[in-house]
Amino acid sequence: MKIRYFLILIFLLSFSSLWAQLNVDMKSEPAKMEDNKRCFDCHSTHIYTFDNPVSGITERKEMNPNFVFNTDAFYSGVHRHFSCTDCHSPDYETFPHNAELRFEPMYSCIDCHGGDEAFASYHFETIEEEFGKSVHASKHNENFNCWMCHNPHSYKAMTRSDFKISEIVSAHNQMCASCHDNPLHFQRISDSTKKPLEEIHKFLPNFKLHFSAVRCIECHTAVEDTMWVAHNILPKEMAVKKCVECHSSSTMLISSLYKYQTIETRKNRGTFNSMLLNETYVIGANRNIYLNIFSIILFGLSLLGVAVHVFFRIKKK
Amino acid sequence: MSEKLYLYPVWLRIWHAINALMFLVLLVTGVSLQYSNPDYQLIRFDYAVTYHNIAGIILAFNYLIFLFGNILTGNAVFYKLRRKGLVDKLLKQMNYYISGTFKGEHTPFPVTKKRKFNPLQKVAYLATMYMMIPVMIITGVALLFPEMIIMNVMNLSGIYLTALLHGIVSIFLLIFLVIHLYFSTMGSSPTSNFKSIVNGYHEPH
Ligand code: HEC
Ligand code: HEC
Ligand code: HEC
Ligand code: HEC
Ligand code: HEC
Ligand code: HEC
Ligand code: HEC
Ligand code: HEM
Repeated sequence: MKIRYFLILIFLLSFSSLWAQLNVDMKSEPAKMEDNKRCFDCHSTHIYTFDNPVSGITERKEMNPNFVFNTDAFYSGVHRHFSCTDCHSPDYETFPHNAELRFEPMYSCIDCHGGDEAFASYHFETIEEEFGKSVHASKHNENFNCWMCHNPHSYKAMTRSDFKISEIVSAHNQMCASCHDNPLHFQRISDSTKKPLEEIHKFLPNFKLHFSAVRCIECHTAVEDTMWVAHNILPKEMAVKKCVECHSSSTMLISSLYKYQTIETRKNRGTFNSMLLNETYVIGANRNIYLNIFSIILFGLSLLGVAVHVFFRIKKK
Repeated sequence: MSEKLYLYPVWLRIWHAINALMFLVLLVTGVSLQYSNPDYQLIRFDYAVTYHNIAGIILAFNYLIFLFGNILTGNAVFYKLRRKGLVDKLLKQMNYYISGTFKGEHTPFPVTKKRKFNPLQKVAYLATMYMMIPVMIITGVALLFPEMIIMNVMNLSGIYLTALLHGIVSIFLLIFLVIHLYFSTMGSSPTSNFKSIVNGYHEPH
């Protein structure tokens, strides 16, 4: 018994970098809330107002919907303690904004996080490398950057927080679908048009159920043991198409999202199987051991009964 | 030898043939799905899913033939079970199978125009056709349209619970099939009952 706990401890320690909690203080009041009000006055509503010094009246205008952000989402993201002007130029404080500001270069993740010990467990450098190899980077080097998936105004580190698998799956898939299933966004990057995701993935029975239970990256990246979020989206020819990759006792789901969550839940409950049961049922992967033993015994007994009966029938003939 | 009895009308034989065939398809594909293994696949997973779905749907519609056939023709009469003395009758029949048949005794409930099944058969068929098969059809349809399922029952996936029930009952059905096949060899000759379910006539002892 003791040895078992010891092994579990070793196991957990070897993944300690993965289950490290967030550094960001998610509980206290956001640091720059007052500051940001200036911007949110206009950038969280569909109608904004300003005093026109020329005509002297207060004008009401409609805001570009892409420039409207949800304040709750902003303050529950990882950069919740930021002021808008930490990333954007302080010149935005004046309205109308200076047109030149459009040419302002934006920071990338690496600019702030690169080489910082505090974020070592996130492996920003490895991620940047992996992203560099992905189809998104190799096909659209210039325009495709980290912010395309990591919404600067709401990104949460969900997998490290206390979310249900189904919530993580839906948020991650939304990252991809918001572009791949939205021609307007898609054409920001590419002139080509793609069929709807549902059509591309016709080979999956019950598309909706699958897409609510597995993430796009489960099939579109190589499963990596060391880093559970693989950023290298592979060409479509290399995507997982074989059902048994998931639907079998050696399911690859064990070594991706589910692995990370397993480590967390294993502390309370024990096995991968019990964790998987909790949220999904994957044919072929969740097997109930008792049911298996029970069925083999029952089947064996009935065959035995028949055999004995046959024996006596022949003997007494 | 008394004269042959016509006990299995055409609709019943058609139902039974389809039922038996689909059942076997479901059994093989079902086992293949449950024990899916990338190194050794009985049937390729996506094919197994497709065949299992098609066979299940056919069996479900075919079940309607059984239901309505029994209501509309007189066949339901053979399934009428009288509570009184049931246990005694069951014991008698069991006793026959366990010892009587080896001593050359005659079956306690011979087949007549009014009595197609012995009490043990009745109970087995009733349990199978009016309990287990409906449960399989309902859980099967639910798994086909999982949005119908309550997603979370006491912290367990509703789909999992449904699939578990589907799996447990399938084992009982497998056992039923083994016993059913075996007892079908207990007619006047080992093959006579099989001939009956094909040509419709019962060969008496
Ligand atoms: C302007 C600098 C800057 C940029 C650009 C930036 N970050 Fe951050 N990020 C920070 C700082 C500073 C923190 C710590 C905030 C705190 O402790 O309140 C942080 C926190 C985080 C955290 C939480 C870390 C933890 O353990 O709590 C994650 C995850 C993160 N950033 C990811 C990203 C990603 C992904 C990008 C690019 C898409 C990015 N950041 C871009 C400065 C930046
Ligand atoms: C009085 C309303 C108002 C206020 C206050 C305001 N903005 Fe804006 N902002 C706008 C409007 C309208 C636009 C859309 C086009 C334009 O006028 O540039 C805009 C556009 C922007 C853009 C996108 C520019 C582009 O075209 O890419 C950024 C970035 C921005 N604002 C940041 C800020 C920040 C940061 C603050 C707070 C310091 C702020 N804004 C305060 C109204 C406002
Ligand atoms: C962590 C850095 C960061 C913070 C904090 C931040 N932004 Fe941004 N913002 C960006 C980046 C990066 C882009 C460019 C995204 C892109 O190209 O899609 C951007 C784009 C914008 C845009 C243009 C939207 C678009 O689709 O082009 C507006 C408007 C804006 N930010 C307003 C704000 C406001 C208001 C705040 C404060 C509530 C804020 N930002 C806080 C990084 C940040
Ligand atoms: C194609 C979409 C996509 C792109 C592009 C992308 N990411 Fe990510 N990234 C994700 C997803 C999905 C997650 C998982 C988010 C979560 O924790 O829930 C993630 C997570 C992360 C994490 C957190 C890892 C951890 O261990 O918690 C970091 C750090 C990160 N990304 C950095 C980057 C950087 C740096 C870039 C650009 C070089 C980038 N990402 C580009 C999709 C993307
Ligand atoms: C079960 C595995 C699986 C999942 C989950 C999955 N995909 Fe795919 N995807 C594939 C396969 C396999 C192909 C290649 C299909 C083909 O070539 O016929 C593909 C193709 C694609 C393509 C290329 C289409 C083309 O013809 O250019 C895109 C884009 C794509 N998927 C996006 C997504 C997105 C976004 C998600 C999540 C919302 C997702 N996929 C989820 C397996 C998957
Ligand atoms: C901002 C838009 C955007 C986002 C977000 C995005 N993609 Fe893409 N994706 C593209 C574009 C553009 C292409 C290239 C289309 C082309 O030109 O062939 C592409 C191509 C692909 C391909 C096909 C590669 C091939 O071989 O043709 C796959 C697979 C894919 N993306 C998966 C994903 C996944 C998974 C995510 C989420 C983690 C995601 N994408 C997020 C825009 C996006
Ligand atoms: C990336 C992993 C993955 C792959 C690949 C995959 N599946 Fe699934 N599949 C799942 C998961 C997870 C579920 C469980 C969904 C739930 O219950 O929430 C599921 C559920 C199902 C279901 C049950 C639907 C129901 O009605 O309950 C069927 C049938 C199915 N998959 C068939 C297939 C077939 C056929 C293929 C190959 C073409 C395939 N799957 C490939 C992960 C996968
Ligand atoms: C797979 C091969 C099968 C064979 C060879 C077979 C054989 C037979 C035979 C010989 C009979 C006539 C004996 C009797 O009346 O008891 C019969 C009747 C019957 N069988 Fe089967 N059977 C098979 C599968 C099934 C299955 C899967 C079910 C149900 C799930 C089933 C349900 C029945 C029922 C209900 C009757 C009685 C029908 C009636 O007369 O009303 N059989 N079967």
